[in-house]
Amino acid sequence: MAGYILRRLLQAIPVFLGTTFLIYFMVFAMPGDPIVALFGEKTPPPAVIEQLRERYHLDQPFIVQYLYFLGGIFRGDLGTSFSGQPVSEILAATFPVTLRLAALAIFFEMVAGITVGLVSGLRKGGIFDASALVVSLILISLPVFVVAFVAQYIFGIQLGWFRTTVSTGAPIQDLILPALVLATISFAQIVRLTRASVIDTGGQDFVRTAASKGLSRSRIVPVHILRNSLIPVVTYLAVDFGVLMVGATVTEGIFNVPGVGRTLYQAIIRGEGPTVVSFVTVMVLIYLVVNLLVDLLYAVLDPRIRYAK
Amino acid sequence: MPSNTRPDQGHFVAPIEETPLVAIDKVKTEGKPSNLWRDAWNDVRKRPMFWISSVLILIVVVVALFPGLFTQTPPNNDCLLANSNGGPTEGHPLGFTKQGCDIYSRIIHGTSTSLSVGIIVTVLVAVLGIVFGAFAGFYGGWLDSVLSRLGDIFFSIPYILAAVVIMSVLSQYANVWVISLAIGIFAWPATARVLRAEILRVKNSDFVMAATALGVSRFRILLRHVLPNSIAPVIVITTISLASAIVAEATLSFLGVGLPSTTMSWGNDISQAQMDLRTAPQTLILPSIALSVTVLSFIMLGEVVRDALDPKARAQR
Repeated sequence: MAGYILRRLLQAIPVFLGTTFLIYFMVFAMPGDPIVALFGEKTPPPAVIEQLRERYHLDQPFIVQYLYFLGGIFRGDLGTSFSGQPVSEILAATFPVTLRLAALAIFFEMVAGITVGLVSGLRKGGIFDASALVVSLILISLPVFVVAFVAQYIFGIQLGWFRTTVSTGAPIQDLILPALVLATISFAQIVRLTRASVIDTGGQDFVRTAASKGLSRSRIVPVHILRNSLIPVVTYLAVDFGVLMVGATVTEGIFNVPGVGRTLYQAIIRGEGPTVVSFVTVMVLIYLVVNLLVDLLYAVLDPRIRYAK
Repeated sequence: MPSNTRPDQGHFVAPIEETPLVAIDKVKTEGKPSNLWRDAWNDVRKRPMFWISSVLILIVVVVALFPGLFTQTPPNNDCLLANSNGGPTEGHPLGFTKQGCDIYSRIIHGTSTSLSVGIIVTVLVAVLGIVFGAFAGFYGGWLDSVLSRLGDIFFSIPYILAAVVIMSVLSQYANVWVISLAIGIFAWPATARVLRAEILRVKNSDFVMAATALGVSRFRILLRHVLPNSIAPVIVITTISLASAIVAEATLSFLGVGLPSTTMSWGNDISQAQMDLRTAPQTLILPSIALSVTVLSFIMLGEVVRDALDPKARAQR
């Protein structure tokens, strides 16, 4: 196990260097003046330009600029936003809110997705299975901002069950609607993963053995089928995290949730290029760490992974 | 010595009628030979979902190519602020946007934008994915390591976030080609991974060994024997990536880093309508429906193609 963790950590290093380099390259190796390009149609004040030039060491060769940028990341220096607040401070203030929203969304999609997937898989080809397939296809096709607006219109404006925007402090009851919206993105994927996995496991020898031993269905389903079907669902969490980050950017923007996503959303809307770059860098780094953790978790759950090459 | 051993034989040989080899002569040789593609077609054409999605896609393509057949109202000119957020009237079946433009006409003219981005991204993703995946899987060794690690790096950045960064930098140059490039450049590793895995499986087949023994060059083996036999999963993932690309364009336009507001795009229209959700929800809902139905038709097609080409998916149906 220690060997596996070490190997996985070593593999993460080139990916980390590569992704940060790629982001930096995308921004600063484009033709023209990168600082001006970052502001789109706006002209930033000369002081801001000066500060950014200094921050990104634009008088140095490209590779040196990148090393400075990398050094900044390691020191926790992620730059400052336009209001003069360090990005790391903004992150500290907004991250807990996003974490709460994401946890709530993952809870909803896991509970609903696994339940529907399990029932579909056990009654393969039945009416429930067929309708679950149709619903999941429709949900996959709806872009998250469409779901967000429709939910806001129906449940917020027409029915008045929820507030359309989140109040300060982001209490849990205000986060329920955005979390449900966020949960719809991956709900369909989880249903399909669970369904496929349940069908697969249901045909295994150990399930037949359990049945021929005379075990009741109510014991076989949760203990033998469900537990062994959940590994692919757990690994999906890693992919899901990337989906959630993009989804959170849109959802938090629409519902005005004071989290990381909304900060990024507003930076994009206002054309604050440098802030966007800092936030995307942070999100990618978090994504890398989560993927690493899920991989390790996977190895804990399924010993076959550890011993394979 | 058994009596049926001929003098030149050192050991017993059963007569052909008594061996399983006789079964070879019993294989029906007349009738069409079966292969993956024919099986897939036979499977697909029995499914209503295939026909529904095909008809929808056909409609979308015709609308994109010939918007003039469906509306005479120009989408951008002729907008009267007096009609702002107005309901349906004679000749304007879906009402008006905030700027007083005809919603129906804007939806019709926005179709080609979504479809173009979808197609350009898909071609880009397929080409990059096939080239990287095929070389990595077939040649292996250091080339595989380099290409796979490169894929890992691109895979580690969620492609919409990457596109947000690229489009913020290139906002002055935003058009259909630039946005497609921004989406496609980070979306290919999934295709490459799928193809690489499939090629690893196929390249040890007997027919590859036979071709090698006949002296066929490595590159020709890859092109003529390995690739055609491992392309099926790529086709599945490509159909679905078309849908994802359309969603990605709409999301970027919605975020305000997509196409300029002068370009007709469903994402732009949805973005501009969001402020009036309370008073004029139809200005937001109608382009959303157009977007969702288009995406749904490609997702459904991808679904039937997957079921037809992937034996595992077929078994679980």
